[in-house]
Amino acid sequence: MLATEPTNSGGRIEPFSIKDCALVALATGKKARTLQEFRSEFERIEVASIYHHFWGGLLQPRFEEREFNNDFASWMGHSIHDLTLAERLAAVSPTEFTDLAALRREILDLIDARLDEAEHLLWTPATRQFEFVCSQIVVFDTEQRLHEPEDLAGAAANFSTSSIFYHFIDARRRTDSGRDDFSDWLAAFGPGFEALRKQLAGIDPYFGNLSELRDELARSFMSYFGGSSP
Amino acid sequence: MSMLEDYARVAGPDVVAQLRQLAAHLVGAKVVHVNSTRVGGGVAEILTKLVPLMEELGLQTRWEVINGEGEFFECTKAMHNTLQGNRIPIGDSLLRAYERTNAANADALGPVLKEADFVIVHDPQPAALLSHVPDRKGRWVWRCHIDASRPFRPVWKYLRKYVEPYDASIFSLAAFAQELPHPQYLIPPSIDPLSDKNVDLDTLEIKRVLEQYRIDPERPLISQVSRFDRFKDPIGVIEAYRIAKRSLPALQLVLAGGGATDDPEGETVLREVELAAQGDADTHVLLLPADAHREINALQRASDIVLQKSLREGFGLTVTEAMWKGKPVIGGNVGGIRLQVINHNTGFLVNTPEGAALRMRYLLHQPDRIRAMGEKAHKFVRDNFLVTRHLREYLTLMVALLHRAHDRIELS
Repeated sequence: MLATEPTNSGGRIEPFSIKDCALVALATGKKARTLQEFRSEFERIEVASIYHHFWGGLLQPRFEEREFNNDFASWMGHSIHDLTLAERLAAVSPTEFTDLAALRREILDLIDARLDEAEHLLWTPATRQFEFVCSQIVVFDTEQRLHEPEDLAGAAANFSTSSIFYHFIDARRRTDSGRDDFSDWLAAFGPGFEALRKQLAGIDPYFGNLSELRDELARSFMSYFGGSSP
Repeated sequence: MSMLEDYARVAGPDVVAQLRQLAAHLVGAKVVHVNSTRVGGGVAEILTKLVPLMEELGLQTRWEVINGEGEFFECTKAMHNTLQGNRIPIGDSLLRAYERTNAANADALGPVLKEADFVIVHDPQPAALLSHVPDRKGRWVWRCHIDASRPFRPVWKYLRKYVEPYDASIFSLAAFAQELPHPQYLIPPSIDPLSDKNVDLDTLEIKRVLEQYRIDPERPLISQVSRFDRFKDPIGVIEAYRIAKRSLPALQLVLAGGGATDDPEGETVLREVELAAQGDADTHVLLLPADAHREINALQRASDIVLQKSLREGFGLTVTEAMWKGKPVIGGNVGGIRLQVINHNTGFLVNTPEGAALRMRYLLHQPDRIRAMGEKAHKFVRDNFLVTRHLREYLTLMVALLHRAHDRIELS
């Protein structure tokens, strides 16, 4: 369901409901001690776990200056000690995939291609096992509403980072459009905000942390609305 | 000023606003935390703050401590050690004491446990309570604070039959989770930035503590703060210090710890440590009272580097405390220390006394590196390991349990 539901009923567009979310991680019980085990578990693991290891980690304790930007790449680098595969997996941007099944396929292809190059990796033991984790997300209403697109300019900097996660990242998985909530809401106001929507589409949420993403969004809204509305 | 407002100043107003919004869906819920000691150790410290904060958010929260005799604590200490990997069977008479004590405590706490909406049982000591409350009303959660990644199987098998009927369990890290027939949540613990152990101290107070323990403020100081427990490897710390001192003769070491009422082995280990430290005036072994929080705070702040050279570690809150104070940590490459010490960024992970000594020498020759790592460490704790984050995850878990654990829960 859309958080914002920008329905134009009787000429009035619904205000943007600022929602927030909290996430708690769960063990799946699935573990891998070799690349072969990893491949086998990864092929069957629930998509919620793939989502968690690419995206959910943004809301979990982690060091921001990470060497590799997803957990799979990090494990290949630090525990299987294969930097070639680690770099290839780190370069995968989940935003480029229509769904998590396609993302899973891509990861499997990269692993298989690497195994063709270096078969010994199949039985190389990891120095630390990989634990597949998933998460539950609880979404709640902050009761704050934005009525006009211009309101985004003042409000974005005050969004919590988890709210940014919900509206800008989680929305891609949650909505039919596969876009962020801000873009969907702006679309309801007609073509006038097309340039801003394009600008939002150009923001890559994957590389960086949520505070940086919030700052970038706030800057985009501020510079767009800078004084006069379209 | 309310406690929550105090936390808003440290963690940020948005963090506290989020707690209020989440808790609004749990107002009035009766929550009972149960553990086995009110003072000493990380669990008691966390509950000291978590409980009043939950109350302020509108949850009716109680903290109950079970009572036990010597045999019971002997058994639970053995459980603790064996869950962390020691391969020593526990005798039947001790297990009977464990069962009797849990039954007696379940009787004493009867109505409180029956009526609660959420009962959170901490660690193995009170785990068997649930088996004595068949007519319970609420959700029961077992919170394991221990590194149970490689438990001694016979003991885990015994304990598992008490844990399985819970509605959920919580482990600090995915590596600690065990095969259980209910959801296993992953929640790292936290520190309280406003407690006596972590608040800012002025330099005069730090100086007074150093004078009290005859530590020279002008010379480099390393410290390890933890219970006198073999898993914390205090002897390995002394060994590492001795290696480093060969090239840094001015170096001083503090090994400071308190006793906990549920740890009968502490005195024996303390004697071993004192023996190992004999003959070196620069090694200070300090047995501090359970309420010596400001002294511990001062010792950590006075240190150039903090060590936590554990061989097994559930999480290692002393690591978090040191990092909060802007200190790089040289930590054992185990358990929750790995989640906090990011190698070459917030400190170093080591596997041997030699490794610890090498990193001490490296850092003590580069004060700028100590400062830069300390800054990163402080920020990392602020963003991830404060009690506000811990509380948010507890609230999230409670909401999830009420909604019977769907992966997405939309609250209206």
